[in-house]
Amino acid sequence: MRALLIRDLMLAIRAGGGFGLGLAFFLIVTVLVPFGVGPQTELLSRIAPGILWIGALLACLLSLDRILALDWEDGSLDLLATAPLPMEGIVTIKALAHWITTGLPLVLAAPVLGVLLSLPIPAYQWVVISLAVGTPALSVIGTFGAALTVGIKRGGLLMSLLVLPLYVPTLIFGAEVARRGAEGLTVQSPLLLLAGISFGVMALLPFASAAVLRINLR
Amino acid sequence: MSLWEYANPVKFIRTTDKVLPWVWTLAGLCLVSGLVWGFFFTPNDFRQGSTVKIIYIHVPSALMAINAWLMMLVASLIWIVRRHHVSALAARAAAPVGAAMTVIALATGAFWGQPMWGTWWAWDPRLTSFLILFLFYLGYMALWEAIEDDDTAADLTSILCLVGSVFAILSRYAVNFWNQGLHQGATLSLDKEENISDVFWFPLLVCIAGFVLLFIALVFLRTQTEIRARRTRALLAREGQA
Amino acid sequence: MMPDLGKYAFAVLSSYGVTIVLLSVIVLASVRRARKVRAALDEIENRRGK
Repeated sequence: MRALLIRDLMLAIRAGGGFGLGLAFFLIVTVLVPFGVGPQTELLSRIAPGILWIGALLACLLSLDRILALDWEDGSLDLLATAPLPMEGIVTIKALAHWITTGLPLVLAAPVLGVLLSLPIPAYQWVVISLAVGTPALSVIGTFGAALTVGIKRGGLLMSLLVLPLYVPTLIFGAEVARRGAEGLTVQSPLLLLAGISFGVMALLPFASAAVLRINLR
Repeated sequence: MSLWEYANPVKFIRTTDKVLPWVWTLAGLCLVSGLVWGFFFTPNDFRQGSTVKIIYIHVPSALMAINAWLMMLVASLIWIVRRHHVSALAARAAAPVGAAMTVIALATGAFWGQPMWGTWWAWDPRLTSFLILFLFYLGYMALWEAIEDDDTAADLTSILCLVGSVFAILSRYAVNFWNQGLHQGATLSLDKEENISDVFWFPLLVCIAGFVLLFIALVFLRTQTEIRARRTRALLAREGQA
Repeated sequence: MMPDLGKYAFAVLSSYGVTIVLLSVIVLASVRRARKVRAALDEIENRRGK
């Protein structure tokens, strides 16, 4: 299991797609928003938590098809399927690798980009915390979407259509935590709900992803 | 005589062929009489004016939009557990009908909201969850279209339907939470059944019956079509090999 | 015989209009596809029957 994780991480780093692309995309989205809505500081600081969340979500989405598509094409997924590792484990490791290469850098980059959007000071910690709690859910849900569409040529667009509605609860609670944090309100209930979604998804969705992957490998 | 006999495609087609004309007639009858009754022969509400007439299409279509998804969920479960092809194809057949119902509910809601709330669209929990439901329908149909192998498509879409149902419910409550966070107590939902009087209630019942029957007729017809299309593909494939 | 819809005529009429159009579209599309597929299947089965 650890070998698979290390292999995936190495591949992501060497191919350069993992760390770089998602982060660059996140940066570009954040830079483009002020061009779209105007540079007024008070407006920006009000929508900053939401923008950071949407940006992170899209950056996550962008790198999803790399989770399984490459392994599918060169046949290593078939090899993995015959390995003693259960499919649920493979799927979980894949999601974890995706989170380490995409989600974690996004969490770390969010405060830096917050400066660009004049994020209010009390919001910084809540943006980071909510992203840290929420991005694992994005990775796990994304792995499910990637597993669904892995057999389809040019399935990227379809995968976005399938995955984005599934992201709705995570986005709502995540952005709510960040927004309430920015306004100095109590964040306990949305944060607990967000954590609930994350853990629930991590515990249950790998079974669905594994089932879907088995069907696709049939 | 068990329900599972209808899992046999030939039997399904034979039975539905017998039933279909009746269902079509009844559906047409209920729809026409209910809508005509509602449109021409009901009084205006003293507060909402003539917009109250929209209720006769808004409520039934919204009901069917949700029930169609429920039916797809049940059909998907039957497919996963018992592997009856008719069940998977029925789920596929129901999706576009459900999506159409969702659009009708959203459109009539917008036409209703425009004079009543002064806006075509508000991010009210109910409206928002219907929009999300519509997205789920779109994704579900797109996945069916994208996969060539019938059994794989049936398997994948039914799992998507299961997972999607869980997330649809999650979204429903998340949306509730989110909007209450924004507008404290500004609830726009209309509690219709609570205070509706008999004058509106009976034509509404007829309309609901009409929509249900129309849905059944459409699903039967479309399921037949899917069964035939599948058989055609199978025969063509066999000819190709020979 | 048209009921007086008052100032909301546009909203009510367009609601009914949209509904009727959408329902007819889905019914007609279903019926047409049913006919087409049925014809295709009949043709193949006849060909095989010979």
